[in-house]
This record gives sequence, C-alpha cells and structure tokens, in this order.
Amino acid sequence: MPAVNAIKGIGRRSINAVWRIGMATRFFMLTLTHSGSGFRRFHLIIKELFSTGVMSLIIIVVAGLFVGMVLGLQGYETLKRYGSESALGSMVALSLVRELGPVVAALLFASRAGSAMTAEIGLMKATEQISAMEMMAVNPIARIVAPRFWAGVISMPLLAALFSAVGVFGGYLVGVVQIGVDEGSFWSQMQAAVDFREDILNGVLKSFVFGIAVTVIALFEGYDAPPTAEGVSGATTRTVVTSSLVILMLDFVLTAIMFRGN
Amino acid sequence: MSSPVLAEICELNFAYEKRPVLQGINMVFPKGKLIAIMGLSGCGKTTLLRHIGGALKPTKGCVKVDGQVVHELGQDGLYAMRRKMGMLFQFGALFTDMSVYDNVAFQMREHTDLPEELIHDLVLMKLHAVGLRGTHTLMPSELSGGMARRVALARTVALDPMLIMYDEPFAGLDPISLTVVGDLIRRLNDALGATSIVVTHDIQESLKIVDYVYFMANGVIEAEGTPDEIRASDKEFVHQFVHGEMDGPVPFHYPGGNYRQDLNLKD
Repeated sequence: MPAVNAIKGIGRRSINAVWRIGMATRFFMLTLTHSGSGFRRFHLIIKELFSTGVMSLIIIVVAGLFVGMVLGLQGYETLKRYGSESALGSMVALSLVRELGPVVAALLFASRAGSAMTAEIGLMKATEQISAMEMMAVNPIARIVAPRFWAGVISMPLLAALFSAVGVFGGYLVGVVQIGVDEGSFWSQMQAAVDFREDILNGVLKSFVFGIAVTVIALFEGYDAPPTAEGVSGATTRTVVTSSLVILMLDFVLTAIMFRGN
Repeated sequence: MSSPVLAEICELNFAYEKRPVLQGINMVFPKGKLIAIMGLSGCGKTTLLRHIGGALKPTKGCVKVDGQVVHELGQDGLYAMRRKMGMLFQFGALFTDMSVYDNVAFQMREHTDLPEELIHDLVLMKLHAVGLRGTHTLMPSELSGGMARRVALARTVALDPMLIMYDEPFAGLDPISLTVVGDLIRRLNDALGATSIVVTHDIQESLKIVDYVYFMANGVIEAEGTPDEIRASDKEFVHQFVHGEMDGPVPFHYPGGNYRQDLNLKD
C-alpha cells in the first residue's frame, strides 16, 4: 500500500501543479485584458516603477559591480594562458550582455521586488483590502495587479542593462586599472565583438521575458495566497523559488533559440 | 416594518463543498431601517452578507437588492449595483498605502469626474461627520482601532450608498469607541436615508440602535423581532445569547468522545 499511496501523492501533486499553471495563465490573461484601464491610471504605474525599479537600483548596481570585477579577474587568469589578455573586454561584455546581465538581474529582481510584491498583495488580501476594493466596484486586477505588472515588465530590461553596464565598468576596474590590461585593446575588442542586434537586443529580449515571468509569478502568488501569516510567508518563498527556476529554465530555452550555432 | 422593501433574501441555501452553511433563510430589509443579524461566530452571518454583496452565489434561493437578483447579474451589472452599496469590514480594511484623505476620496476618484476641489470638500465633510476631520493627513498605521473603523465608515458612505452593510463593526473596540461607532451607524443611516444591515454578536450595543433583529444559529433563523421583543423573548437560545449564559442550547463543551476514556481511566 505505501507504493500506491506514493503514486497517489505524485498524481495529486501533478494535478495540483497543472491546475496552478492553468490558474496563473488565466490570471496573466486577465491582467493583460485589464491593462487598458491600468494604463489610464498611469500615475499608478509610475508609483510602482519607483518601488520595483528605483528601489532595486542599489542591489543591482552593487551586484553588477562585483560580478563584473570577478569576471575581470577570472577572465584575465583564463585568457592569460592563451596569451589573449587583450580580449578581456569582449569576454566581460559578451558574458554580461548575453547571459549574466539578464539572468542575475532577474534573480535579484525576483528576490527584491518579486518577494515584496507577493507579500504586499498577500497582506492586502489578508487584511480584506482586496475584498473592500471589490465591494467598492473597483476591479483589483485593473487597480492593483496591472500597474505592478507593467512596472515590473518595464523595470526589468532597464535594470538588466544597468547591471551589464556597471559590470563592464567593474571588469574595466579590475582588468585595466588594477591588472594593467591595455585600455585601448580592452574597449576596441569589446566594440568589435559585441553586436547590437545579436547580443544587446537579444539580451534585452531575454530580460523582457524574465520580467514578464517574474512579475506574473509574484503577483499570482500574492493574489492566490491563503489570507494568513503562514499563507503569505509560503507564497513569498514560492515566488523566489519558482521565479529562480523559471528564469534559469527560460534562459536555457532562449539561449538555445537565439545563439545556437553562433 | 411596513416601509417599501429595499432588499430581501428568499429561501437562501448555501454550502461550502458539502457542508451546509445557510439553510432556507428568509429576510426582508425595508428602506430606511437599521437591521441587525446576530448569532454566534461561525453561524453564517458574514456568509449571508457576502451573498448580499454578490461575492458568493447561493446553491438555492436568491438575494434581491433594489428589485434585482444579485447572483444573476454579470460583472458590469454587479459593479453597478455595488456602487449603490457600502460595506464596512470587520477591521476597516483601509488601504494601508494611502492616507486617510485618499482612502475616503478613493471611490469619488474612481467612479466620478468630480473636480479635485469638490472632492476635497466632500472628503473633509465625510471625515467631519465621523469626527475625524483633523486626521486627513495621517496614514492608517497612525490611527487607533476605533479611529480606523470611523475612517472606514466615512469611506463606506463616501458616495451616499442606499444600502450599507457592517461586518462586526463593534469587534475589538473600547467602550467609548463602541458607543461612538454605534451612534454613528444610526445617525448616518437616518441622515442618508439609507438602509443598513449590521452583522454582529454585540447584543447590548446593537439592541440600543437597531429597528429589527434576526437571530441566526447553525445556518437558520432562530428568532426575529424588534429589540423589545428580543429582550422579552422566552426562547432558550435568545435568552442564553442576550444574557450571555455559559450553558444552554449552545453547549459549553464542544462535542467529543467519552471523557473517562480520553483520560484512560478504568471503570
């Protein structure tokens, strides 16, 4: 019987997972449907841009700087073996623009802004603020969810771009200022290697997709959270864990589509 | 209760999955009256209120407000109906990211095209009516429980609703706030010419202000009448409730197994 129970348990969890994906998709569609009225309240999007985007600046800038500095160090050690230290600039820039910028910025965004969104909406639900809004004939998806969704989608590519820019500066500090790689070759190799459409636009597209995924997960988890302290805490944890896994999974899929064979 | 009826509940049944919560409820809410729905915690009072607001659909029966069957309305119709209703939640449910002023102005900004100068005057008038005009710059976190309830009351009546619902408006209030909130509920109802439904288990405060009382227990109406009729009622349940007796039709002990067996005592 334990084997039967185990299979039942797997089945139940699988059905639950599929059901939640369906609910999240429906929630996403509802958010898009009500985005029109969200845009009519543009001041709300601006307010949310501040709390999701501007308030994430410090963590993005500091993390970007250190990631760039580590790339500079590690890249120099590796390239030195092949006598290609001058390619450090292109290595740092490509790594950041194609991969680390969008992915690490999205992971940080999920931890900083995603968890805050989930906790905020979960607590609004627990304190009946969402029910009160519905009773006042104001649709909470249009008033609460849509502005946060668009703020997240707009913030994410900008934060990823900033992460990459600061990371390149970190690589420059370590590679050129500290180690002494030639400054001219650092920048010229970077300029020659990085293609605007292939690398930068693809990186921006990645971060845009990650922005949609993280924001939808965060908002859905908050909106679906049981209205208790334990429920909100569980939803916040699920936001960070699910977002991180989805970012990494999507990154593989997008990389395979964008850069295969290049 | 001979005034024209604003809302009525007809043979309302509702179950959460297979657990019946409301069974064959019939109530009428005449225009201009203040009606209390009383009963123990968990007897279905709030569920009933949620049906009136259209947040739940009955398994059988219906709720009619202003001649319309609430659960048959589509989203637009329901929202149009809710614009004529106001609901005060148990702990106020003020929007914590907005000031007192913005909370009260919320519905005016969402549902009307009134100029900001007029909204300003209306908000201050609503706050003045609940005695809290001086708090308009404060955030909800800076208010006491009683003050938050009064601000929520000002927000509830912001658009002069025809039907006002109160979900446990007296819960957790000190005696002074309790009297103030009770008095405000009565005065606002009369001043606005509205109809009010108060869901509560605070018997003493409610009987002072309401016109009619429905007593609920286990999802059915156990008794009804004017406050004087309720006070004079000889029904065991009403007597136990009004006098707050520990034991009676509502037992002190939750049903359980044999006490001696639970303690592993031998006969």
